[in-house]
Amino acid sequence: MGIFEIRSDAGRDTRPASARHRQDAIAQRWSLRITFIPLIVLGFVAIALIVRAWPILQTYPLIALLFGTVWKPSAGQFGLWPFITGTLWVTSVGVILAVPPSILTAIYISEYAQTRTRLIIKPILDVLAAIPPVVYGVWGLLAVVPFVESVLVPGLSGALGFLPLFASNQPTGFSVLAGGIVLAVMITPLIIAVIYEILHTVPNDLRQASLAVGATRWETIWRVLLPYIMPGIIAAIVLGASRAFGETIAVLMVVGNVPKVPTSLFDTAYPLPALIANNYGEMMSIPLYDAALLMVALVLLVVVFIFNLIAMMILRRFVR
Amino acid sequence: MDAHISVQNLHVWYGNLAALTAISVDIPRHGITVIMGPSGCGKTTLLKSFNRFLELNDTTRISGTVAVDGHDVYAPGVDVTAVRKRVGLLAQRPTALPMSIFENVAYGMRIHQPHLDKSALAIQVQHYLEVAGLWHEVAQRLDAPATALSIGQQQRLCLARGLAVEPEIILGDEPTSALDPISSRHIEQKLLELKQRYTTVIVTHTLRQAKRLADYVIFMYLGEIVEAGPAQQLFTNPQQERTKEYLAGVF
Repeated sequence: MGIFEIRSDAGRDTRPASARHRQDAIAQRWSLRITFIPLIVLGFVAIALIVRAWPILQTYPLIALLFGTVWKPSAGQFGLWPFITGTLWVTSVGVILAVPPSILTAIYISEYAQTRTRLIIKPILDVLAAIPPVVYGVWGLLAVVPFVESVLVPGLSGALGFLPLFASNQPTGFSVLAGGIVLAVMITPLIIAVIYEILHTVPNDLRQASLAVGATRWETIWRVLLPYIMPGIIAAIVLGASRAFGETIAVLMVVGNVPKVPTSLFDTAYPLPALIANNYGEMMSIPLYDAALLMVALVLLVVVFIFNLIAMMILRRFVR
Repeated sequence: MDAHISVQNLHVWYGNLAALTAISVDIPRHGITVIMGPSGCGKTTLLKSFNRFLELNDTTRISGTVAVDGHDVYAPGVDVTAVRKRVGLLAQRPTALPMSIFENVAYGMRIHQPHLDKSALAIQVQHYLEVAGLWHEVAQRLDAPATALSIGQQQRLCLARGLAVEPEIILGDEPTSALDPISSRHIEQKLLELKQRYTTVIVTHTLRQAKRLADYVIFMYLGEIVEAGPAQQLFTNPQQERTKEYLAGVF
């Protein structure tokens, strides 16, 4: 009994070494198998969507489906263009509104804020990211839509209505802009969090190298940090866009859902996810309706997958 | 003695931890002053009080005065960027900014002299690269990214970048500790050349380097100055027990 033998024998594992190693091997094998489940699920989802969407892809050329402007399932017309443009409009407006304040907020909390301020603000932003989309949808319905209708339409459309982008073609606040505002609020915390994390991977030596020659913080941010993290900012935007692209319920509640190609911020829109959510399960027995909706789901899956892949590849170089 | 930097009763705390206690010392104009002492003794803290880098950490509290040419850099209303322009810093790890070699040297000039025209800028960049002893190695590839340079070259680039904003004082925070012996020798050589024109303050924890460089020495221990004086005197005839022990390698 040396001085290192300070434990009593009471709680010791008395099993032979081989049993402990067998336990270790089992744990490794099963954790590996469980880890593969998400991959398998993704594979099954993709296969199921392809199989179920196949009939419509055999009936109509893909180009005709994507660029067709008439959506009348009962008449056998499955033009997705109004929904694709609706999605692009709402997503673009959301991203454009979200990106500048997100970058500035991330800069503020990472570069300017005192530690104490940061410890207060950061968790609040993280909570914003966790609010259920339907809550944002209700807020959009109760606050944003009336705001657009009673303030932005008269204000913006009144002043700039001669530009097609700001033309007021319908009387309600259910619009691309309302959807974009709701999406912007939803994706802002996500974009802030990603940019903030990237700013944290920037070595302090780099900031100090700039400050040491008498640069201000803003000069350091503008000339050194922003160029350095630009790929990361793009990745953050792509992630935000991907989130906005697939967002369903919050958008569905405020955009009006009229299958018509929008041409103005104040037009209604009908994005792809809303199309599926509103109609799947109520397709009666209209031929190919089911296949058309599942093709839309496939498109969403592929686009979001690609967006995320791009973002991950960019972000990899910032991992320390 | 003509004091370029004069520190009076400086106290520094990191949170509740006292890093410097009642520091008063004068640093003579020109020549190299070496701050030495065991790690954690406050050498770097003292150095970074001169260019107001301590306040980058918002838990730091500072009291006392650090006067450069008689003007307290901590006085209200002092422009911190003007202080840092006068008091340059050569960091411990060479840090090239993520831009070209040329732009690294031009970086501070573009900020402080935004109206400098292209050819004047190019002349200045060449001049400071020559002063830093890097010109001949990079003249053909000024537009190459600075991060492609070797670590030793990057440290000379940092020296050029710092000198380009025309400071009066050069601070070095163990500026050779990340370098190989040959690159270290390069930097030391440059510092010895430059001491005629610049007041230079170097932190080091290697006694040999202190002996090679110092005209004047500040020996610190546990956040206080034990002894300060001309290098010759301090190395050959130290007055304090602690200094004798340190020089003898006791700790």
